Amino acid sequence: MTVATETKPASPNPSGWRPSAPVAGEVSSAPTVTGNRALMLEEPLLFEIGSRDQTGVDFEPHSEGTSRMGGLERDSLDLPGLSEPEAVRHYTRLSRQNYAIDLGLFPLGSCTMKHNPRLNEKMARLPGFADIHPLQPQETVQGALELINKLAFWLIDLTGMHGVAMSPKAGAHGELCGLLCIRAALEARGDARQVVLVPESAHGTNPATAAFCGYRVENIPATKTGRVDLEALKARLGPDVAAVMITNPNTCGLFEPDMKAISDAVHAAGAFVYCDGANFNAIVGKVRPGDLGVDAMHINLHKTFSTPHGGGGPGSGPVVLSEALAPYGPLPFAAKYPDGSYKMVEEETAGEEHPDAFGRMVAFHGQMGMFTRALTYILSHGADGLAQVAEDSVLNANYILRSLEDVLDAPFAFSGPCMHEAIFSDKGFAEGFSTIDVAKALIDEGFHPMTMYFPLVVHGAMLVEPTETESKANLDQFIAALRSIAERAKAGDQALKAAPIYAPRRRLDETLAARKPVLSYNNPAPDGSSTGLGAHFGGG
Amino acid sequence: MSLYFTKEHEWVRVEGDVATVGISDHAQEALGDIVFAEVPDAGRTVAKGDDAAVVESVKAASDVYAPVGGEVVEGNAALADDPSLINRDPEGDGWFFKLKLSDPSELEGLMDEAAYREWVKTQ
Repeated sequence: MTVATETKPASPNPSGWRPSAPVAGEVSSAPTVTGNRALMLEEPLLFEIGSRDQTGVDFEPHSEGTSRMGGLERDSLDLPGLSEPEAVRHYTRLSRQNYAIDLGLFPLGSCTMKHNPRLNEKMARLPGFADIHPLQPQETVQGALELINKLAFWLIDLTGMHGVAMSPKAGAHGELCGLLCIRAALEARGDARQVVLVPESAHGTNPATAAFCGYRVENIPATKTGRVDLEALKARLGPDVAAVMITNPNTCGLFEPDMKAISDAVHAAGAFVYCDGANFNAIVGKVRPGDLGVDAMHINLHKTFSTPHGGGGPGSGPVVLSEALAPYGPLPFAAKYPDGSYKMVEEETAGEEHPDAFGRMVAFHGQMGMFTRALTYILSHGADGLAQVAEDSVLNANYILRSLEDVLDAPFAFSGPCMHEAIFSDKGFAEGFSTIDVAKALIDEGFHPMTMYFPLVVHGAMLVEPTETESKANLDQFIAALRSIAERAKAGDQALKAAPIYAPRRRLDETLAARKPVLSYNNPAPDGSSTGLGAHFGGG
Repeated sequence: MSLYFTKEHEWVRVEGDVATVGISDHAQEALGDIVFAEVPDAGRTVAKGDDAAVVESVKAASDVYAPVGGEVVEGNAALADDPSLINRDPEGDGWFFKLKLSDPSELEGLMDEAAYREWVKTQ
């Protein structure tokens, strides 16, 4: 018998050998004939690789008939024709020059770019959810309607609210829905209030929504600690104020501790509280907005309940409503009937069940694919798992805040922990260096940059939201990269101004692109051949 | 002729009963490269504090408030073709609009140039 003296498990790679990787200097100095760099393939525009003479599909010539185009027919749209493999490769090559949550950390503040569980995708692709049509008979889609109804009750439970409008298609659409409910409630009592108050720390879409809804927008200042100035708010409240729109946690990554006092004051003045729920991830399972006196709040299913932007579908912004607003919620919605069946409540049936609906936001029920993913996410996490989502997202953000506050100015760090996102300013950078230089250098380090120059109340803001799905190792790597870049910005390292140097394209001239945008392709040669397009995309 | 400034970083230059309005050098510096400006049409009446114009840079979009009330007599058409005028000459050729003062007493309470330049340093 032998006695093990080594307690550690043997390394799977005892010699530590790895294939060598090129060093930076070699890569940038060695041209290739094709312009490709091994696995990174240079890709021309579709117009440069396609031609009008070829096509990927083989249509029969059209038969003779009467045109009803009113003489608007054209012989050619001058669109490039490509074979199927050319088209597939074009988009696949371009996608490899892009960045995605499946590649790495995506620290865009206020976007909650968390991992999108594959279980969501499996469920969303079940034929009973994926291959149905809004116009097919409702008795054939009972499972889908039940799913919408179940998700609705989860959202009501998680927020402590009275009802929910499931149909809005994304955050700003949800805001509009909430404000339309508020307007309907005010009109029902004959109250023509005209002003919506929006604090400086709110999301930028809030004032846009209020203005779109016909209200006059007035700002409420922030305190030195980045919160709503309660006294300023109270002083402005009056009989002309319809609603206050508050983002909580706010865009400085801070919880509004006076939320209940704000709601009480707003209600006492006869107005309503709209809460922007874009940052719900920080408090899901921990705080119920209904307990804080919120009357309406949209929930970005594509943030808090995974499936971040581009994760396989569109957004979805259900709006939870208080008892005072729920009667005015839009049609249609999925309801359960006493016989156990589910039906969409439409105008024809609303008279008995929901007579005061303000109208419709969309043609049908909302975003089925997102509902399926969100309910899958909720059920696979459970109530305890969702609370841990909030805890871990806040822990990760605070880890970043405390790891970098010695090298980056953190304007609100003194006021205690942050919520799900950490905010830094460009204070202390060398003359001529700004947040944009840090963001571009992060690209060289292999990270998507954080949200920049927002919120406006922080100079050169860098808003970092890591989400709960990042490991400590990932966070440590990001922190090390950002620390090094911040030190270079403070020291005035001119090389930083050249970043990114490893991206497929160097730093773009955003000013020229905005001042002189080129929004359409102009074929440089009348015969359709390619002659290079530099002049048409000038400045690049 | 006299020059006044607001805490929202607009300037207003008064000649007779016509006031020319723009944004300060500090404001254009903070905004960065300006890519778009929307100015009011002649004939529009604005009250002191109203949103009168919009300025958009690569970093942010901001409202420009009317420092005083009156009827707009001219918007600076040159800004549509070349918004960079605001960066190059914010307190001169980069003006936004001119209006006919409705109430000259509204100028009271605005800062003069020296007071503004001092105040900006504290911001």
